[in-house]
Amino acid sequence: MQKIMVCIKRVVDYNVRVRVKSDCSGVMLDGVKMSVNPFDEIALEEALRIKERGAKEHGANVEVLAVSIGVADTQQQLRTALAMGADRAILVQTELPVEPLTAAHTFLALAKKENPDLIFLGKQAIDDDANQTGQMLAAIWERPQATYASKVEITGTKAAVTREVDAGLETIEVDLPAVITVDLRLNEPRYVKLPDIMKAKKKPLDVTSLDALGISAGQLIKTVKTEPPAQRQKGVIVKDVAELVDVLKKKGLI
Amino acid sequence: MHKVLIIGEHDGKVLNPATMKCVTCAKSIPDAEITVALLGADTAAVAAQAAAVAGVKAVLRVDRAENAHPLAAILAPQIAALAADYTHLFGPSTSFGKDLMPRIAALLGVPQVSDLMAVEGAYRFRRPIYAGNAIVTVEADPARKLVATVRVASFSAAGSGGSASIDSKTLNVALPSHTRYVGAKSGSTDRPDLQTARRVVSGGRALGSAENFKLLFSFADKIGAAVGASRAAVDAGYAPNEMQVGQTGKIIAPEMYIAIGISGAIQHLTGIKDARTIVAINKDGEAPIFEVADVGLVGDLFQIVPELERLVGT
Repeated sequence: MQKIMVCIKRVVDYNVRVRVKSDCSGVMLDGVKMSVNPFDEIALEEALRIKERGAKEHGANVEVLAVSIGVADTQQQLRTALAMGADRAILVQTELPVEPLTAAHTFLALAKKENPDLIFLGKQAIDDDANQTGQMLAAIWERPQATYASKVEITGTKAAVTREVDAGLETIEVDLPAVITVDLRLNEPRYVKLPDIMKAKKKPLDVTSLDALGISAGQLIKTVKTEPPAQRQKGVIVKDVAELVDVLKKKGLI
Repeated sequence: MHKVLIIGEHDGKVLNPATMKCVTCAKSIPDAEITVALLGADTAAVAAQAAAVAGVKAVLRVDRAENAHPLAAILAPQIAALAADYTHLFGPSTSFGKDLMPRIAALLGVPQVSDLMAVEGAYRFRRPIYAGNAIVTVEADPARKLVATVRVASFSAAGSGGSASIDSKTLNVALPSHTRYVGAKSGSTDRPDLQTARRVVSGGRALGSAENFKLLFSFADKIGAAVGASRAAVDAGYAPNEMQVGQTGKIIAPEMYIAIGISGAIQHLTGIKDARTIVAINKDGEAPIFEVADVGLVGDLFQIVPELERLVGT
Protein backbone atom coordinates (compact mmCIF):
# COMPACT_ATOMS: atom_id res chain seq x y z
CA MET A 1 0.00 0.00 0.00
CA GLN A 2 1.62 3.21 -1.14
CA LYS A 3 -1.04 5.70 -1.98
CA ILE A 4 -4.67 6.38 -1.04
CA MET A 5 -6.78 8.90 -2.93
CA VAL A 6 -9.73 10.46 -1.12
CA CYS A 7 -12.41 12.29 -3.11
CA ILE A 8 -13.96 15.22 -1.31
CA LYS A 9 -16.96 17.38 -2.15
CA ARG A 10 -17.68 20.90 -0.96
CA VAL A 11 -21.30 21.00 0.21
CA VAL A 12 -23.65 23.14 2.28
CA ASP A 13 -22.81 22.49 5.93
CA TYR A 14 -24.71 19.67 7.60
CA ASN A 15 -26.27 22.06 10.14
CA VAL A 16 -27.70 24.52 7.63
CA ARG A 17 -31.40 24.20 6.98
CA VAL A 18 -31.57 24.57 3.23
CA ARG A 19 -34.32 26.76 1.78
CA VAL A 20 -35.73 26.90 -1.71
CA LYS A 21 -35.68 30.18 -3.66
CA SER A 22 -39.12 31.72 -4.15
CA ASP A 23 -38.79 31.58 -7.96
CA CYS A 24 -38.13 27.81 -7.80
CA SER A 25 -34.78 28.25 -9.57
CA GLY A 26 -32.77 26.46 -6.92
CA VAL A 27 -31.84 26.57 -3.25
CA MET A 28 -30.47 29.62 -1.46
CA LEU A 29 -26.70 29.31 -1.27
CA ASP A 30 -25.62 32.96 -0.78
CA GLY A 31 -23.64 33.38 2.41
CA VAL A 32 -24.37 29.83 3.50
CA LYS A 33 -21.64 27.97 5.39
CA MET A 34 -19.87 25.39 3.22
CA SER A 35 -18.02 22.33 4.52
CA VAL A 36 -16.50 19.01 3.57
CA ASN A 37 -19.28 16.52 2.85
CA PRO A 38 -19.53 14.62 6.18
CA PHE A 39 -19.25 11.20 4.53
CA ASP A 40 -16.08 12.32 2.74
CA GLU A 41 -14.65 13.42 6.08
CA ILE A 42 -15.16 9.86 7.32
CA ALA A 43 -13.51 8.58 4.12
CA LEU A 44 -10.49 10.78 4.75
CA GLU A 45 -10.31 9.75 8.41
CA GLU A 46 -10.18 6.09 7.37
CA ALA A 47 -7.37 6.78 4.90
CA LEU A 48 -5.43 8.62 7.61
CA ARG A 49 -5.88 5.75 10.05
CA ILE A 50 -4.54 3.28 7.46
CA LYS A 51 -1.59 5.62 6.89
CA GLU A 52 -0.90 5.95 10.62
CA ARG A 53 -1.26 2.22 11.28
CA GLY A 54 1.13 1.46 8.41
CA ALA A 55 3.72 3.87 9.78
CA LYS A 56 3.44 2.47 13.28
CA GLU A 57 3.35 -1.23 12.44
CA HIS A 58 5.88 -1.49 9.64
CA GLY A 59 7.35 1.93 9.09
CA ALA A 60 5.40 2.27 5.85
CA ASN A 61 4.93 5.66 4.25
CA VAL A 62 1.45 5.71 2.75
CA GLU A 63 0.67 8.92 0.93
CA VAL A 64 -2.84 10.30 1.36
CA LEU A 65 -3.97 12.47 -1.55
CA ALA A 66 -7.15 14.53 -1.21
CA VAL A 67 -8.85 15.54 -4.46
CA SER A 68 -11.90 17.61 -5.26
CA ILE A 69 -13.81 19.15 -8.15
CA GLY A 70 -15.42 22.54 -7.73
CA VAL A 71 -15.23 26.31 -7.56
CA ALA A 72 -12.01 28.09 -6.52
CA ASP A 73 -13.22 28.30 -2.91
CA THR A 74 -13.12 24.49 -2.71
CA GLN A 75 -9.49 25.09 -1.74
CA GLN A 76 -10.90 25.78 1.74
CA GLN A 77 -12.22 22.23 2.04
CA LEU A 78 -8.98 20.79 0.67
CA ARG A 79 -7.05 22.86 3.25
CA THR A 80 -9.25 21.25 5.90
CA ALA A 81 -8.31 17.85 4.49
CA LEU A 82 -4.63 18.79 4.61
CA ALA A 83 -5.06 20.00 8.18
CA MET A 84 -6.62 16.67 9.12
CA GLY A 85 -3.49 14.97 7.81
CA ALA A 86 -3.63 14.49 4.03
CA ASP A 87 -0.17 14.89 2.46
CA ARG A 88 -1.20 16.84 -0.60
CA ALA A 89 -4.26 17.91 -2.53
CA ILE A 90 -5.47 18.51 -6.07
CA LEU A 91 -8.39 20.74 -7.02
CA VAL A 92 -9.98 20.33 -10.43
CA GLN A 93 -11.36 23.84 -10.63
CA THR A 94 -14.61 24.52 -12.46
CA GLU A 95 -17.53 26.88 -12.09
CA LEU A 96 -19.85 24.41 -13.81
CA PRO A 97 -22.12 22.00 -11.98
CA VAL A 98 -20.63 18.51 -12.20
CA GLU A 99 -22.81 15.42 -12.51
CA PRO A 100 -21.75 12.15 -10.85
CA LEU A 101 -20.74 10.53 -14.15
CA THR A 102 -18.55 13.53 -14.97
CA ALA A 103 -17.08 13.46 -11.47
CA ALA A 104 -16.30 9.75 -11.91
CA HIS A 105 -14.51 10.41 -15.21
CA THR A 106 -12.56 13.25 -13.62
CA PHE A 107 -11.47 11.09 -10.69
CA LEU A 108 -10.56 8.33 -13.14
CA ALA A 109 -8.29 10.74 -15.01
CA LEU A 110 -6.60 11.61 -11.69
CA ALA A 111 -6.37 7.92 -10.72
CA LYS A 112 -4.64 7.13 -14.01
CA LYS A 113 -2.00 9.78 -13.23
CA GLU A 114 -1.62 8.94 -9.56
CA ASN A 115 -2.14 5.14 -9.50
CA PRO A 116 -3.59 4.89 -5.98
CA ASP A 117 -4.00 1.48 -4.33
CA LEU A 118 -7.27 2.57 -2.86
CA ILE A 119 -9.81 5.31 -3.53
CA PHE A 120 -12.10 6.35 -0.71
CA LEU A 121 -15.27 8.41 -1.11
CA GLY A 122 -18.30 9.12 1.02
CA LYS A 123 -21.30 6.97 0.09
CA GLN A 124 -23.24 10.05 -0.93
CA ALA A 125 -23.02 13.81 -0.85
CA ILE A 126 -25.57 15.51 1.36
CA ASP A 127 -26.47 18.08 -1.30
CA ASP A 128 -27.72 16.05 -4.28
CA ASP A 129 -27.99 12.76 -2.31
CA ALA A 130 -27.16 10.97 -5.58
CA ASN A 131 -25.12 8.07 -4.18
CA GLN A 132 -23.50 7.31 -7.54
CA THR A 133 -19.95 8.62 -7.97
CA GLY A 134 -18.00 5.83 -6.21
CA GLN A 135 -19.85 3.05 -8.02
CA MET A 136 -19.44 4.82 -11.38
CA LEU A 137 -15.74 5.39 -10.76
CA ALA A 138 -15.22 1.71 -9.89
CA ALA A 139 -17.06 0.67 -13.07
CA ILE A 140 -15.02 2.78 -15.49
CA TRP A 141 -11.77 2.07 -13.61
CA GLU A 142 -12.74 -1.61 -14.05
CA ARG A 143 -11.98 -2.24 -10.39
CA PRO A 144 -13.96 -3.60 -7.41
CA GLN A 145 -16.36 -1.48 -5.41
CA ALA A 146 -17.19 -1.90 -1.75
CA THR A 147 -19.97 0.53 -0.88
CA TYR A 148 -21.42 1.56 2.51
CA ALA A 149 -18.37 0.38 4.45
CA SER A 150 -18.62 0.18 8.22
CA LYS A 151 -15.33 -1.72 8.65
CA VAL A 152 -12.25 -1.92 6.44
CA GLU A 153 -9.39 -4.36 6.97
CA ILE A 154 -6.42 -4.24 4.61
CA THR A 155 -4.20 -7.32 4.33
CA GLY A 156 -1.51 -7.13 1.67
CA THR A 157 -3.26 -6.54 -1.65
CA LYS A 158 -6.74 -7.36 -0.40
CA ALA A 159 -9.38 -5.52 1.60
CA ALA A 160 -12.13 -7.16 3.65
CA VAL A 161 -14.98 -4.69 3.84
CA THR A 162 -18.04 -4.97 6.04
CA ARG A 163 -20.94 -3.20 4.38
CA GLU A 164 -24.12 -1.78 5.90
CA VAL A 165 -26.94 -3.28 3.85
CA ASP A 166 -30.71 -3.34 4.37
CA ALA A 167 -30.64 -6.82 5.90
CA GLY A 168 -27.80 -6.06 8.31
CA LEU A 169 -24.08 -6.41 7.67
CA GLU A 170 -22.39 -8.07 4.71
CA THR A 171 -18.67 -8.75 4.27
CA ILE A 172 -16.98 -8.88 0.91
CA GLU A 173 -13.34 -9.25 -0.06
CA VAL A 174 -11.88 -7.17 -2.87
CA ASP A 175 -8.53 -7.11 -4.61
CA LEU A 176 -6.70 -3.79 -4.61
CA PRO A 177 -6.81 -1.36 -6.22
CA ALA A 178 -10.41 -0.81 -5.30
CA VAL A 179 -13.00 1.88 -4.61
CA ILE A 180 -14.50 2.00 -1.13
CA THR A 181 -17.43 4.25 -0.23
CA VAL A 182 -17.98 4.81 3.45
CA ASP A 183 -20.98 4.86 5.74
CA LEU A 184 -21.54 6.80 8.95
CA ARG A 185 -20.34 4.31 11.49
CA LEU A 186 -16.93 3.51 10.00
CA ASN A 187 -15.18 5.96 12.31
CA GLU A 188 -15.44 9.32 14.00
CA PRO A 189 -13.35 11.94 12.18
CA ARG A 190 -10.74 13.79 14.23
CA TYR A 191 -11.00 17.45 15.12
CA VAL A 192 -8.54 19.74 13.42
CA LYS A 193 -6.17 21.56 15.79
CA LEU A 194 -4.86 25.06 15.19
CA PRO A 195 -1.17 24.04 14.66
CA ASP A 196 -2.36 21.58 12.01
CA ILE A 197 -4.15 24.38 10.18
CA MET A 198 -0.92 26.38 10.14
CA LYS A 199 1.04 23.34 8.92
CA ALA A 200 -1.54 22.65 6.22
CA LYS A 201 -0.85 26.03 4.62
CA LYS A 202 2.59 24.76 3.60
CA LYS A 203 1.38 21.49 2.11
CA PRO A 204 1.10 21.26 -1.70
CA LEU A 205 -2.30 22.03 -3.24
CA ASP A 206 -2.26 21.83 -7.02
CA VAL A 207 -5.00 23.34 -9.15
CA THR A 208 -5.91 21.88 -12.51
CA SER A 209 -8.96 22.04 -14.78
CA LEU A 210 -11.43 19.72 -16.48
CA ASP A 211 -9.95 20.82 -19.83
CA ALA A 212 -6.45 19.85 -18.75
CA LEU A 213 -7.76 16.40 -17.87
CA GLY A 214 -9.68 16.12 -21.13
CA ILE A 215 -13.10 16.09 -19.46
CA SER A 216 -16.16 17.90 -20.82
CA ALA A 217 -18.81 18.74 -18.27
CA GLY A 218 -22.03 18.29 -20.21
CA GLN A 219 -25.35 18.56 -18.38
CA LEU A 220 -27.13 15.33 -19.28
CA ILE A 221 -29.79 15.70 -16.59
CA LYS A 222 -31.42 19.13 -16.51
CA THR A 223 -33.02 20.50 -13.39
CA VAL A 224 -36.09 22.42 -14.54
CA LYS A 225 -37.63 23.30 -11.18
CA THR A 226 -36.77 23.25 -7.47
CA GLU A 227 -39.63 23.32 -5.01
CA PRO A 228 -40.06 23.06 -1.27
CA PRO A 229 -41.42 19.71 -0.09
CA ALA A 230 -45.09 19.31 0.74
CA GLN A 231 -45.66 20.25 4.38
CA ARG A 232 -47.49 17.99 6.75
CA GLN A 233 -50.44 19.49 8.60
CA LYS A 234 -49.74 20.19 12.25
CA GLY A 235 -51.48 17.60 14.37
CA VAL A 236 -53.07 17.44 17.78
CA ILE A 237 -51.46 17.07 21.19
CA VAL A 238 -53.29 14.64 23.44
CA LYS A 239 -53.17 14.85 27.24
CA ASP A 240 -52.69 11.22 28.22
CA VAL A 241 -52.38 7.64 27.02
CA ALA A 242 -56.13 7.00 27.20
CA GLU A 243 -56.82 9.91 24.85
CA LEU A 244 -54.01 8.75 22.53
CA VAL A 245 -55.55 5.29 22.29
CA ASP A 246 -58.93 6.89 21.68
CA VAL A 247 -57.60 8.99 18.77
CA LEU A 248 -55.79 6.03 17.20
CA LYS A 249 -58.93 3.91 17.46
CA LYS A 250 -61.03 6.65 15.83
CA LYS A 251 -58.51 6.81 12.97
CA GLY A 252 -58.83 3.03 12.61
CA LEU A 253 -55.14 2.54 13.27
CA ILE A 254 -55.37 0.09 16.16
CA MET B 1 -43.19 2.58 -26.87
CA HIS B 2 -40.93 2.66 -23.83
CA LYS B 3 -39.31 -0.58 -22.78
CA VAL B 4 -38.51 -0.64 -19.10
CA LEU B 5 -36.17 -3.24 -17.62
CA ILE B 6 -36.51 -3.59 -13.85
CA ILE B 7 -33.69 -5.30 -12.01
CA GLY B 8 -35.52 -7.49 -9.51
CA GLU B 9 -34.28 -7.79 -5.95
CA HIS B 10 -34.59 -11.17 -4.28
CA ASP B 11 -32.83 -13.55 -1.91
CA GLY B 12 -33.24 -16.63 -4.09
CA LYS B 13 -36.54 -17.51 -2.43
CA VAL B 14 -38.67 -14.40 -2.21
CA LEU B 15 -39.02 -11.45 -4.55
CA ASN B 16 -38.43 -8.30 -2.49
CA PRO B 17 -41.56 -6.07 -2.41
CA ALA B 18 -39.31 -3.18 -3.52
CA THR B 19 -39.47 -4.78 -6.97
CA MET B 20 -43.28 -4.52 -7.00
CA LYS B 21 -42.93 -0.83 -6.15
CA CYS B 22 -40.58 -0.37 -9.10
CA VAL B 23 -43.27 -1.95 -11.28
CA THR B 24 -45.81 0.65 -10.08
CA CYS B 25 -43.34 3.42 -10.88
CA ALA B 26 -42.60 1.94 -14.32
CA LYS B 27 -46.32 1.68 -15.08
CA SER B 28 -46.58 5.47 -14.86
CA ILE B 29 -44.11 5.83 -17.73
CA PRO B 30 -46.32 6.52 -20.78
CA ASP B 31 -46.79 3.51 -23.06
CA ALA B 32 -44.45 1.30 -21.05
CA GLU B 33 -43.69 -2.36 -21.61
CA ILE B 34 -42.21 -3.83 -18.44
CA THR B 35 -39.67 -6.64 -18.16
CA VAL B 36 -38.19 -7.86 -14.88
CA ALA B 37 -34.65 -9.28 -14.95
CA LEU B 38 -33.67 -11.70 -12.21
CA LEU B 39 -30.07 -12.67 -11.66
CA GLY B 40 -29.27 -15.45 -9.25
CA ALA B 41 -27.98 -18.99 -8.85
CA ASP B 42 -31.48 -20.41 -9.32
CA THR B 43 -34.26 -17.93 -9.96
CA ALA B 44 -37.07 -20.38 -10.77
CA ALA B 45 -39.08 -19.61 -7.64
CA VAL B 46 -38.68 -15.82 -7.75
CA ALA B 47 -39.35 -15.78 -11.51
CA ALA B 48 -42.74 -17.35 -10.88
CA GLN B 49 -43.46 -14.62 -8.32
CA ALA B 50 -42.33 -11.85 -10.68
CA ALA B 51 -44.43 -13.26 -13.53
CA ALA B 52 -47.51 -12.97 -11.34
CA VAL B 53 -47.05 -9.24 -10.68
CA ALA B 54 -49.71 -7.27 -12.53
CA GLY B 55 -48.26 -5.14 -15.29
CA VAL B 56 -45.17 -7.25 -15.98
CA LYS B 57 -44.96 -8.41 -19.59
CA ALA B 58 -41.87 -10.62 -19.42
CA VAL B 59 -39.45 -12.06 -16.89
CA LEU B 60 -35.84 -12.75 -17.84
CA ARG B 61 -33.89 -15.27 -15.81
CA VAL B 62 -30.11 -15.14 -15.77
CA ASP B 63 -29.05 -18.12 -13.67
CA ARG B 64 -25.37 -18.52 -13.03
CA ALA B 65 -23.44 -19.81 -10.01
CA GLU B 66 -21.55 -16.52 -9.74
CA ASN B 67 -24.88 -14.70 -9.26
CA ALA B 68 -25.60 -16.45 -5.94
CA HIS B 69 -24.86 -13.21 -4.07
CA PRO B 70 -25.75 -9.81 -5.50
CA LEU B 71 -22.28 -8.32 -6.04
CA ALA B 72 -22.50 -5.20 -8.20
CA ALA B 73 -19.20 -5.89 -9.96
CA ILE B 74 -20.53 -9.31 -11.04
CA LEU B 75 -24.11 -8.33 -11.91
CA ALA B 76 -23.51 -5.00 -13.66
CA PRO B 77 -21.72 -6.30 -16.78
CA GLN B 78 -24.46 -8.90 -17.30
CA ILE B 79 -27.21 -6.30 -17.03
CA ALA B 80 -25.31 -3.95 -19.32
CA ALA B 81 -25.29 -6.82 -21.85
CA LEU B 82 -29.08 -7.14 -21.50
CA ALA B 83 -29.70 -3.40 -21.83
CA ALA B 84 -29.61 -2.99 -25.61
CA ASP B 85 -33.35 -3.57 -26.11
CA TYR B 86 -34.54 -1.20 -23.39
CA THR B 87 -35.08 2.53 -23.06
CA HIS B 88 -35.21 2.60 -19.24
CA LEU B 89 -33.43 0.55 -16.56
CA PHE B 90 -34.93 0.76 -13.08
CA GLY B 91 -33.79 -0.63 -9.75
CA PRO B 92 -35.08 -0.02 -6.22
CA SER B 93 -33.39 2.57 -4.02
CA THR B 94 -32.52 -0.14 -1.50
CA SER B 95 -28.94 -0.98 -0.59
CA PHE B 96 -29.08 -3.55 -3.44
CA GLY B 97 -30.18 -1.07 -6.10
CA LYS B 98 -28.17 1.89 -4.87
CA ASP B 99 -25.01 -0.21 -5.05
CA LEU B 100 -25.76 -1.75 -8.43
CA MET B 101 -27.51 0.77 -10.69
CA PRO B 102 -24.75 3.44 -10.90
CA ARG B 103 -22.28 0.73 -11.91
CA ILE B 104 -24.61 -0.26 -14.75
CA ALA B 105 -25.12 3.37 -15.80
CA ALA B 106 -21.38 3.99 -15.94
CA LEU B 107 -20.78 0.84 -18.00
CA LEU B 108 -23.43 2.10 -20.43
CA GLY B 109 -21.95 5.60 -20.38
CA VAL B 110 -25.24 7.20 -19.32
CA PRO B 111 -26.21 9.26 -16.27
CA GLN B 112 -28.49 8.03 -13.52
CA VAL B 113 -31.43 9.72 -11.84
CA SER B 114 -31.56 8.60 -8.20
CA ASP B 115 -34.64 8.22 -6.02
CA LEU B 116 -37.52 8.83 -8.44
CA MET B 117 -40.47 9.92 -6.34
CA ALA B 118 -42.86 10.84 -9.17
CA VAL B 119 -43.01 10.33 -12.91
CA GLU B 120 -44.10 13.38 -14.94
CA GLY B 121 -43.20 11.97 -18.33
CA ALA B 122 -41.02 9.29 -19.85
CA TYR B 123 -37.96 11.43 -19.22
CA ARG B 124 -39.24 13.88 -16.62
CA PHE B 125 -39.20 13.03 -12.92
CA ARG B 126 -39.31 14.49 -9.44
CA ARG B 127 -36.70 13.56 -6.85
CA PRO B 128 -35.63 14.84 -3.43
CA ILE B 129 -32.33 16.60 -2.72
CA TYR B 130 -30.85 18.01 0.53
CA ALA B 131 -32.41 15.26 2.63
CA GLY B 132 -35.81 16.08 1.19
CA ASN B 133 -35.63 19.79 2.00
CA ALA B 134 -36.11 20.47 -1.69
CA ILE B 135 -37.75 18.55 -4.51
CA VAL B 136 -36.35 18.95 -8.00
CA THR B 137 -37.98 18.23 -11.32
CA VAL B 138 -35.39 16.85 -13.71
CA GLU B 139 -35.38 16.08 -17.42
CA ALA B 140 -33.19 13.47 -19.00
CA ASP B 141 -32.18 13.23 -22.66
CA PRO B 142 -34.59 10.90 -24.56
CA ALA B 143 -31.77 10.05 -26.96
CA ARG B 144 -30.02 8.09 -24.20
CA LYS B 145 -30.98 5.16 -22.05
CA LEU B 146 -32.21 6.24 -18.69
CA VAL B 147 -30.93 4.47 -15.58
CA ALA B 148 -32.78 5.27 -12.36
CA THR B 149 -33.39 4.11 -8.83
CA VAL B 150 -36.96 4.22 -7.55
CA ARG B 151 -37.64 5.69 -4.13
CA VAL B 152 -39.69 2.78 -2.84
CA ALA B 153 -41.50 4.79 -0.14
CA SER B 154 -43.13 6.89 -2.89
CA PHE B 155 -44.92 4.02 -4.62
CA SER B 156 -47.34 1.31 -3.54
CA ALA B 157 -46.57 -2.27 -4.52
CA ALA B 158 -48.10 -3.56 -7.75
CA GLY B 159 -50.65 -6.28 -7.09
CA SER B 160 -50.86 -9.82 -8.39
CA GLY B 161 -52.85 -11.17 -11.30
CA GLY B 162 -50.19 -10.91 -13.99
CA SER B 163 -49.12 -13.74 -16.24
CA ALA B 164 -45.82 -12.73 -17.80
CA SER B 165 -43.71 -14.93 -20.00
CA ILE B 166 -40.58 -16.38 -18.39
CA ASP B 167 -37.43 -16.79 -20.45
CA SER B 168 -33.96 -17.92 -19.49
CA LYS B 169 -31.04 -16.00 -20.91
CA THR B 170 -27.50 -17.24 -21.30
CA LEU B 171 -25.13 -14.33 -21.52
CA ASN B 172 -21.64 -14.68 -22.84
CA VAL B 173 -20.12 -12.14 -20.47
CA ALA B 174 -16.72 -12.52 -18.80
CA LEU B 175 -17.04 -11.84 -15.07
CA PRO B 176 -14.33 -10.39 -12.84
CA SER B 177 -12.87 -12.43 -9.98
CA HIS B 178 -11.70 -9.38 -8.02
CA THR B 179 -14.78 -9.18 -5.79
CA ARG B 180 -15.81 -12.04 -3.53
CA TYR B 181 -18.69 -12.55 -1.12
CA VAL B 182 -17.53 -13.58 2.35
CA GLY B 183 -20.63 -13.65 4.56
CA ALA B 184 -23.54 -11.80 6.09
CA LYS B 185 -24.85 -11.10 9.53
CA SER B 186 -28.44 -10.11 10.00
CA GLY B 187 -30.57 -9.89 13.06
CA SER B 188 -33.09 -12.59 12.30
CA THR B 189 -36.47 -11.48 13.49
CA ASP B 190 -40.02 -12.72 13.38
CA ARG B 191 -41.27 -9.15 13.31
CA PRO B 192 -42.56 -7.57 10.09
CA ASP B 193 -39.94 -6.18 7.72
CA LEU B 194 -39.21 -2.54 8.50
CA GLN B 195 -39.41 -1.40 4.88
CA THR B 196 -42.79 -2.90 4.14
CA ALA B 197 -44.51 -2.99 7.54
CA ARG B 198 -47.89 -1.27 7.91
CA ARG B 199 -47.00 -0.21 11.44
CA VAL B 200 -43.62 0.85 12.75
CA VAL B 201 -42.57 1.63 16.31
CA SER B 202 -39.27 3.48 16.46
CA GLY B 203 -36.99 4.46 19.32
CA GLY B 204 -34.44 7.22 19.83
CA ARG B 205 -31.59 8.11 22.09
CA ALA B 206 -33.99 8.72 24.97
CA LEU B 207 -34.40 4.97 25.31
CA GLY B 208 -31.03 5.10 27.02
CA SER B 209 -29.87 1.51 26.43
CA ALA B 210 -30.22 -1.56 24.25
CA GLU B 211 -31.94 -3.20 27.22
CA ASN B 212 -34.65 -0.54 27.23
CA PHE B 213 -35.41 -1.19 23.56
CA LYS B 214 -37.14 -4.37 24.82
CA LEU B 215 -39.90 -2.04 25.92
CA LEU B 216 -40.48 -1.16 22.26
CA PHE B 217 -40.19 -4.75 21.05
CA SER B 218 -42.84 -5.82 23.51
CA PHE B 219 -45.22 -3.04 22.47
CA ALA B 220 -44.48 -3.61 18.75
CA ASP B 221 -45.28 -7.31 19.07
CA LYS B 222 -48.59 -6.44 20.70
CA ILE B 223 -49.67 -4.37 17.66
CA GLY B 224 -47.82 -6.39 14.99
CA ALA B 225 -45.37 -3.62 14.18
CA ALA B 226 -41.81 -3.54 12.89
CA VAL B 227 -39.23 -1.78 15.06
CA GLY B 228 -36.98 1.02 13.86
CA ALA B 229 -34.47 3.38 15.45
CA SER B 230 -33.06 6.85 14.98
CA ARG B 231 -29.46 7.33 13.92
CA ALA B 232 -28.60 8.53 17.43
CA ALA B 233 -29.89 5.28 18.91
CA VAL B 234 -27.95 3.19 16.39
CA ASP B 235 -24.77 5.23 16.87
CA ALA B 236 -25.10 4.76 20.63
CA GLY B 237 -25.27 0.99 20.11
CA TYR B 238 -28.86 0.62 21.35
CA ALA B 239 -30.01 -0.92 18.04
CA PRO B 240 -28.33 -2.55 15.01
CA ASN B 241 -27.75 -0.60 11.78
CA GLU B 242 -30.49 -2.38 9.84
CA MET B 243 -33.04 -0.71 12.12
CA GLN B 244 -31.99 2.82 11.23
CA VAL B 245 -34.66 5.05 9.72
CA GLY B 246 -33.73 8.31 7.98
CA GLN B 247 -31.77 9.97 5.20
CA THR B 248 -28.92 7.49 5.42
CA GLY B 249 -30.93 4.58 6.75
CA LYS B 250 -34.26 3.28 5.55
CA ILE B 251 -36.91 5.51 4.03
CA ILE B 252 -40.29 4.10 4.89
CA ALA B 253 -43.98 4.79 4.37
CA PRO B 254 -46.03 2.81 6.88
CA GLU B 255 -49.68 3.52 7.69
CA MET B 256 -48.67 4.40 11.23
CA TYR B 257 -45.26 5.45 12.55
CA ILE B 258 -44.84 5.80 16.31
CA ALA B 259 -41.72 7.80 17.19
CA ILE B 260 -40.73 7.21 20.80
CA GLY B 261 -38.05 9.33 22.41
CA ILE B 262 -36.99 10.65 19.00
CA SER B 263 -36.41 14.41 18.83
CA GLY B 264 -36.88 14.51 15.05
CA ALA B 265 -33.69 15.70 13.35
CA ILE B 266 -34.33 16.66 9.71
CA GLN B 267 -32.34 13.59 8.60
CA HIS B 268 -34.75 11.37 10.52
CA LEU B 269 -37.87 13.16 9.27
CA THR B 270 -36.70 12.52 5.70
CA GLY B 271 -37.14 8.82 6.34
CA ILE B 272 -40.71 9.02 7.67
CA LYS B 273 -42.53 11.86 5.98
CA ASP B 274 -44.45 9.53 3.69
CA ALA B 275 -45.97 7.73 6.69
CA ARG B 276 -49.74 8.22 6.68
CA THR B 277 -50.00 8.92 10.40
CA ILE B 278 -47.10 9.92 12.61
CA VAL B 279 -47.46 9.57 16.38
CA ALA B 280 -44.82 11.19 18.59
CA ILE B 281 -44.10 10.46 22.23
CA ASN B 282 -41.42 12.66 23.76
CA LYS B 283 -40.80 14.35 27.08
CA ASP B 284 -39.68 17.57 25.35
CA GLY B 285 -42.79 19.36 24.08
CA GLU B 286 -40.57 21.58 21.91
CA ALA B 287 -39.01 18.65 20.03
CA PRO B 288 -39.20 19.09 16.23
CA ILE B 289 -40.91 15.72 15.87
CA PHE B 290 -44.13 17.39 17.08
CA GLU B 291 -44.08 19.69 14.04
CA VAL B 292 -44.71 16.74 11.75
CA ALA B 293 -46.67 14.49 14.09
CA ASP B 294 -50.39 13.98 13.53
CA VAL B 295 -50.79 12.99 17.16
CA GLY B 296 -48.40 13.95 19.94
CA LEU B 297 -48.11 13.04 23.59
CA VAL B 298 -45.66 14.87 25.84
CA GLY B 299 -44.39 12.77 28.72
CA ASP B 300 -42.07 10.09 30.03
CA LEU B 301 -41.82 7.22 27.59
CA PHE B 302 -40.97 4.77 30.34
CA GLN B 303 -44.44 5.34 31.83
CA ILE B 304 -46.31 5.88 28.57
CA VAL B 305 -45.16 2.86 26.55
CA PRO B 306 -46.14 0.15 29.07
CA GLU B 307 -49.48 1.86 29.63
CA LEU B 308 -50.03 2.15 25.89
CA GLU B 309 -49.23 -1.53 25.46
CA ARG B 310 -51.77 -2.37 28.15
CA LEU B 311 -54.52 -0.13 26.75
CA VAL B 312 -54.29 -0.95 23.02
CA GLY B 313 -55.49 -4.48 23.62
CA THR B 314 -58.62 -3.45 25.50
